Amino acid sequence: MHPFEGKAKANSAGSSLPYGAGRTTVQAVTSESQAVRRLLIGIMLIFIVLMLILPLAAVFSQALKKGAEVAALAWTDPDAWAAIRLTLATALVVVPLNAIFGLSAAWCITKFSFRGKGLLSSLIDIPFSVSPVIAGFIFILLFGAHGWFGPLLDAHGWQIIFSWPGIILGTLFVTFPFVARELIPLMQAQGIQEEEAAITLGATGWKLFTRITLPNIKWGLLYGLVICNARAMGEFGAVSVVSGHIRGVTNTMPLHIEILYHEYQFSAAFAVASLLVLLACLTLVLQYWLDRKRQVH
Amino acid sequence: MHPSSTIHPKPPKRGNKYRSRLAASLVLSLLLTTASGCSTKDTASESDSHSSSKSGKTIELQNVSYDPTRELYVEYNQAFQKYWQDKTGDLVQIKQSHGGSGKQARSVIDGQKADVVTLALGYDIQAIQEAGFIQEGWQQEFADNSAPYTSTIVLLVRKGNPKQIKDWNDLIRDDVSVITPNPKTSGGARWNYLAAWGYALKHNNQEEEKAKEFVKALFKRVPVLDSGARGSTTTFVEREIGDVLISWENEAFLAINELGKDKFEIVVPTLSILAEPPVAVIDKNAEAKGTAEVATAYLTYLYSEEAQEIVAKHYYRPRSKEVVNKYKNTFPAVELLTIDQDFGGWSEAQNKHFADGGIFDQIYTGQ
Repeated sequence: MHPFEGKAKANSAGSSLPYGAGRTTVQAVTSESQAVRRLLIGIMLIFIVLMLILPLAAVFSQALKKGAEVAALAWTDPDAWAAIRLTLATALVVVPLNAIFGLSAAWCITKFSFRGKGLLSSLIDIPFSVSPVIAGFIFILLFGAHGWFGPLLDAHGWQIIFSWPGIILGTLFVTFPFVARELIPLMQAQGIQEEEAAITLGATGWKLFTRITLPNIKWGLLYGLVICNARAMGEFGAVSVVSGHIRGVTNTMPLHIEILYHEYQFSAAFAVASLLVLLACLTLVLQYWLDRKRQVH
Repeated sequence: MHPSSTIHPKPPKRGNKYRSRLAASLVLSLLLTTASGCSTKDTASESDSHSSSKSGKTIELQNVSYDPTRELYVEYNQAFQKYWQDKTGDLVQIKQSHGGSGKQARSVIDGQKADVVTLALGYDIQAIQEAGFIQEGWQQEFADNSAPYTSTIVLLVRKGNPKQIKDWNDLIRDDVSVITPNPKTSGGARWNYLAAWGYALKHNNQEEEKAKEFVKALFKRVPVLDSGARGSTTTFVEREIGDVLISWENEAFLAINELGKDKFEIVVPTLSILAEPPVAVIDKNAEAKGTAEVATAYLTYLYSEEAQEIVAKHYYRPRSKEVVNKYKNTFPAVELLTIDQDFGGWSEAQNKHFADGGIFDQIYTGQ
């Protein structure tokens, strides 16, 4: 062990510096020459411009290439409206459901210990590791005409695949881990002391949840919901497989954009794309604001 | 831990309460908008049916089609809607779905509730029949092999034809780069391939080995194999890759009209192939929905004079003799092979050329 361990610990108590940082000179962090530092910062800036700012600018410039009227026409087209409505409705169904699921899962995993906890925790990550296309095919295998539940659904005249329930299921699957993954580290870091204290003071389960747990995690939860919402609106792969691409009925915004692009309506495609980008920017602003809130609390 | 959260001094607590109320109202408003979103959709469809309930009922028809027919069916659907309303008083709302022909057939087999399919190849409709959705003999249900319009394969080159491409044999020249989609995934690409094959057979005394060499040399000239016809057109016109695009005639005309008459021109080769994109009623779905009658009428009306005019306007070759005559400048006569007479039908062509281990695999992986 390090001879100065005890001293270093004492020194760094109350500060977030790693132990021993106080003894090394400030130079250690910036020992690289000016040129190297500028080069590294330059590389990062070039990367950000090339990979993030330029493509976004391209989307907007393409959208307005044939004038604002063409873009406005693309937004007000009935099929585009149907796609926008479907996308928003899907997000509005999926996000609350994922909030409930994410909260329960995170609560269960961080506040209790039980057998199979590690397994449950990794199961939640499955949608992250499975390609969205496969997620789509999973639902076709389950609910398609020749799927496991196909004949049953057919007998009742229920349509899941190639209709909106399929789109919601696909999106739900893909966005499943977002809230839970956001909450678990946060709740793990917070520990269970406050809850334990509340219980000894006689709080009921509901009171405990609404007065202690929820206020502690609410910014993290909202942050998770915002990310979940962003992904739900942008999902392409899984939805493409189960949608059936019926114009004005089962096309979401990402699918509508692809169709417009393939129909040589490049300006219209990018007009709708820029709308989706604007929604994403709105998400980003919300995310930024929530992130600051979360750090304050 | 956060000391503030355990002590709960009064002012921040009030703030917390306010904020949690804010959060709650946010969630509530989200839910409300969902609910109202659903209800507006319902009322919208209700009002649709009300407005037409004076004269008749509203029928919804789903047409699952392939990629390049989009513009054609936008116009035809309006014509049919009017025709049917005049005849019966019922309002038909036609919902369209477009995609690669094979993929679309797969969706119907997997349970997409199409009333009719209008696809690129008989082979794809055959697959739907084999899955039990269509009764046998669908190809005889409507006139002309159930194909109300035809098309052929042409060559699209850049304006002024800088590489002087006149016919199929120019495509294997070293200085020519050719764009065509992948015959394994694209219906259109199979027609392209078979047209080239037919040309090579004809010019080599029907020797298959020579034909094989010819298509092998041709695919050596292809830098990008897109998965669908639309993808290839985009590669050629938007990304400006290649000297010549092997394309559906209607797709070539569309590219010229949408993207500039000053950029491309069509070269009609000396020999091509008659493409018959067929149509069929999906009997199982139409019977279940009670739309069999209108679905049949929808496809039958494609053969009417009015529809044939629309067909020609969208650069498909019409079946009606009068309309063909009227548009003979648009569609020059060309010697056409047919899939049934020259290739023994789709099943045989498919097995011989495009199945795993077939001729296309041999020439393409053998490169």
